[in-house]
Amino acid sequence: MTPWPMLLPEGVDRGSAAPVEAPPRSPWRRRALLLVPLGLAAGAGAGFYAMLRGMQTGDYDPKGLPSALLGKPPPDFALPPLEGSDRPALTAAELRSPARPVLVNFFASWCLPCVVEHPMLTRLARAGVPIMGVAYKDRPEDAAAFLRQHGNPFARIGLDLPGRVAIDWGVYGVPETYLIDRRGIIRWRWAGPLTEDMVSRELEPLLRRHAA
Amino acid sequence: MTGRAAFTLRTLALLAALSAAPALAAVGDPAERLRDPALEARAEAIGRELRCLVCQNQSIEDSDADLARDLRRIVREQIATGRSDTEVIRFVHDRYGDFVLLRPRFTAATALLWATPAVALAGGLLLILAMRRRIATTRMPAELTEAERRRLRQIEGDEAPGEEAPPATSLRGGPGGSGTPA
Amino acid sequence: MIPELGHFALALALMLSLAQGIFGLWGAQRSDARMMAAAPPLAAGTLLAVITAFGCLMWSYVTNDTTVANVVQNSHSAKPLLYKLTGTWGNHEGSMVLWVLILALCGGAVAAFGRELPSRLQARVLAVLALVAVGFLAFILGTSNPFARIWPPAPDGQGLNPILQDPGLAFHPPLLYLGYVGCAVTYAFAVAALIEGRVDAAWGRWVRPWALASWSFLTLGIALGSWWAYYELGWGGYWFWDPVENASLLPWLAGTALLHSAVVVEKREALKTWTVFLALLAFGMSLLGTFLVRSGVLTSVHAFANDPARGVFILVLLMLYVGGGFALFAWRAAAMAPTGVFAPLSREGALVLNNLLLCSIAAVVLIGTLYPMFADLILQQKISVGPPFFNTALFPLAVPLVAAMAIGPLMPWKRARLWPVLQRLWWAALGGAAALLLCLAVEGWRIFPALGFAAAAWLILAALADLADRIALFSRPAAAWARAKGLPRAAWGAAVAHAGLGVTILGLAGMGLAQDRLVLMKPGETASLGGYTYRLDELRDAAGPNWRGREAVLTVLQDGRTVTVLRPQKRSFPVGRMTTTEAAIHTTWLADLYTVMGDERDGGAVIRMHHNPLAPWIWLGAAVMALGGGISLSDRRVRVSAPAPKTVRGEAPA
Repeated sequence: MTPWPMLLPEGVDRGSAAPVEAPPRSPWRRRALLLVPLGLAAGAGAGFYAMLRGMQTGDYDPKGLPSALLGKPPPDFALPPLEGSDRPALTAAELRSPARPVLVNFFASWCLPCVVEHPMLTRLARAGVPIMGVAYKDRPEDAAAFLRQHGNPFARIGLDLPGRVAIDWGVYGVPETYLIDRRGIIRWRWAGPLTEDMVSRELEPLLRRHAA
Repeated sequence: MTGRAAFTLRTLALLAALSAAPALAAVGDPAERLRDPALEARAEAIGRELRCLVCQNQSIEDSDADLARDLRRIVREQIATGRSDTEVIRFVHDRYGDFVLLRPRFTAATALLWATPAVALAGGLLLILAMRRRIATTRMPAELTEAERRRLRQIEGDEAPGEEAPPATSLRGGPGGSGTPA
Repeated sequence: MIPELGHFALALALMLSLAQGIFGLWGAQRSDARMMAAAPPLAAGTLLAVITAFGCLMWSYVTNDTTVANVVQNSHSAKPLLYKLTGTWGNHEGSMVLWVLILALCGGAVAAFGRELPSRLQARVLAVLALVAVGFLAFILGTSNPFARIWPPAPDGQGLNPILQDPGLAFHPPLLYLGYVGCAVTYAFAVAALIEGRVDAAWGRWVRPWALASWSFLTLGIALGSWWAYYELGWGGYWFWDPVENASLLPWLAGTALLHSAVVVEKREALKTWTVFLALLAFGMSLLGTFLVRSGVLTSVHAFANDPARGVFILVLLMLYVGGGFALFAWRAAAMAPTGVFAPLSREGALVLNNLLLCSIAAVVLIGTLYPMFADLILQQKISVGPPFFNTALFPLAVPLVAAMAIGPLMPWKRARLWPVLQRLWWAALGGAAALLLCLAVEGWRIFPALGFAAAAWLILAALADLADRIALFSRPAAAWARAKGLPRAAWGAAVAHAGLGVTILGLAGMGLAQDRLVLMKPGETASLGGYTYRLDELRDAAGPNWRGREAVLTVLQDGRTVTVLRPQKRSFPVGRMTTTEAAIHTTWLADLYTVMGDERDGGAVIRMHHNPLAPWIWLGAAVMALGGGISLSDRRVRVSAPAPKTVRGEAPA
């Protein structure tokens, strides 16, 4: 099998007096190649640093998940009302073009962070923000008892016992809160309980922006 | 509340909220399986392509979380009504976005990812070719004889006189026991 | 008192390592024999200090000292003693101490077994190892002090995750760390060689045993982790392409390439740049894994929960060691003259191909692991890169690798002709084809398992063909036995290791044919799967030292005879407030019978049965691979061990 033409043939004999002279290949190319690992490592390092900083400021969140429905209207649905809550049912029609931006909050009586965020919802409702509730995989008695105990900030409530409507919204846990603007488009989704900090930093500016 | 504290609270709360049942063993429910083994096999194959969003790196087939169960049920319902694999996956993707797909779609954003095997191979081959070209054109000193090589090793102290170092360039298939290097 | 002693010991170790680093490097630079001679004793001192620190930590766990914050967070008085001991490393701080302990052990080993190394090389290697230790000891003392105290003492610990109270998982970290940290030794050799400006055959010979040792441990560690996941997590999965699993696979891939590459440096003085680079890369991947697991940028079941501030420290260490290594590489590697010439078709050529394929596989695994993180950072898009991607992307790289693996060892150095080599492998090829056809015939059109069986047969038979060829079994059978006895152990080791991979692939192919059944069974009912009949005898309560739960008693029958009784359980741990399922597995040479118990209702329980053909071979194959590494390691020619004491009279000094 003959070696490739660019290789010297097996003729570098031992004892040959003059080694083969050749014009030196560009040393810069080799230098450049040798620097590639360093360059890649530096780039990766910069990226990791940006991630760490982002985790501290909240810009980078390895656990967060953006909603697939951002910029789209909510899916079509019609949920029955929640017995014992004194609120009408919730359907997609009510969210089509509300008079002002609306929050849709998925909650459940068995969900601990929902209890934690409930005062925040009450506060927002008192400030005049219309909040719609969806009881996710909750028995009507339990959900109604929950609201009696912790307060009922919702203007309308739908009962999603099988949880299918939630899946159509892309909900993957409770609590989750969606902001719907006056044209009926989902503008923002928050997975997790609403906190003081997050409400003032993100939600309130959004409410103001879409109120006009 | 400071940013750090809020971050921690949010993370903890999120974890508490979103990890419902311990999503450890997917035992599942016999009732949810499809009767037709071919359809059930399709459902399982699709399930393995979908991420369980409340678990740590599992597919919906491997997890017993509520959400995983619901999605498994939905996949099977869709298949039973005659939808194709692509349609079922699109159904879930429409609701949950790219993150739910364990096999990333081939888009401009992921082109580099999918190209990695080819790029790595090609890049490596080019590198090898470039290096061989360089070797071929570098000044090559004449090769030492075996005796010269042994003398050099003694001078460098790697070997005492009379000690035999492993032979360097014997070809395979020589007389038996020529100590073919491993 | 004991925790303070441990704390002091860590600080002492830091000082000693610093001295070791300075004396080693400076001494080697100035060729000052006295300074260089200081390095081994300092390494011994560091080792003693770290052993003391680790012992103190372990003592705190064993005595359940609730004034130590680490013990409170991770242990509990009700834990069985074994798990108190192994819980020492089941958390971030403790595992970092284990990391440094193994690093100190490696330093001690180089000091003890590296006496035949040229003194400058040994001094530099010890110095680099010490400087790595300095970084990590600083990290521990600065951000992750395991001896932090709390007062007043807590009433009891907060317990450890019950899933982690398991023998397989308890021993998985030490083995894995032996592999990870072992990569530091080859890294130190590479850095030392770059500083010296010299990579030669001797260097190749010295690096190889360390590469072999760390590779063998890494193989065992990864296999143990995978096996643990299989029997513990309850659905028979054993590899998920989880980012942290990938982080352990990357150094393994680089280490495998390094192992083979070092052979070429030793035998042919070629591939020097590649080999040095691989040594740097292997440790770099190991450090990357450390970063990913402990910084919080990843969400994974393996990840220790941590805050980003610690992550920054580790990132700095990572950049220092990896960046520093690569910078040194860029600066000094140009000076390394290549010498060995070889034809593309030769054993060197095959090893180059091996390097290329392994590095490509590593590139895919690396990019696949990091892509979601960087896509989130740069493109603000959340994408998933899961098993379907890795399986699809790696298959086309694995196939040529498996094919070449069999051919390479039979090729001569420098220049080979392909046909004679292939002729020697004809029966391996035949075996592969037969396995493929047999599988297709018996199991139908299951192409991946069939290819897996073919690959396994090819590799195992090729390893046998390699050995047969070396002892000229078929051409000159008379003296074959004598030749076999004289065959160097490294040759046996290589054949065994390659066959071991074949065994693992055999197991993987078998798992590809796994079947399962999911059935609601009431006591007295039966179900059958894979030629076995499962009869549920009863459902009853069960309890253990720190759990209580329910158990299903299943009798497994084959042709009416009882094979075994399986007892899958559901356990509830009050301390961790968790429930787990315990699979019951019956292992035979041919298959695993794997049963899991689900919810109970209507007087019965949901039982899931798996029939996993050849599953045990997956991990047995890994053990065989590690055995091959060990056999090679036991070869005196491979180790640093010297030209024996019989020499050295009137010798010129080194």
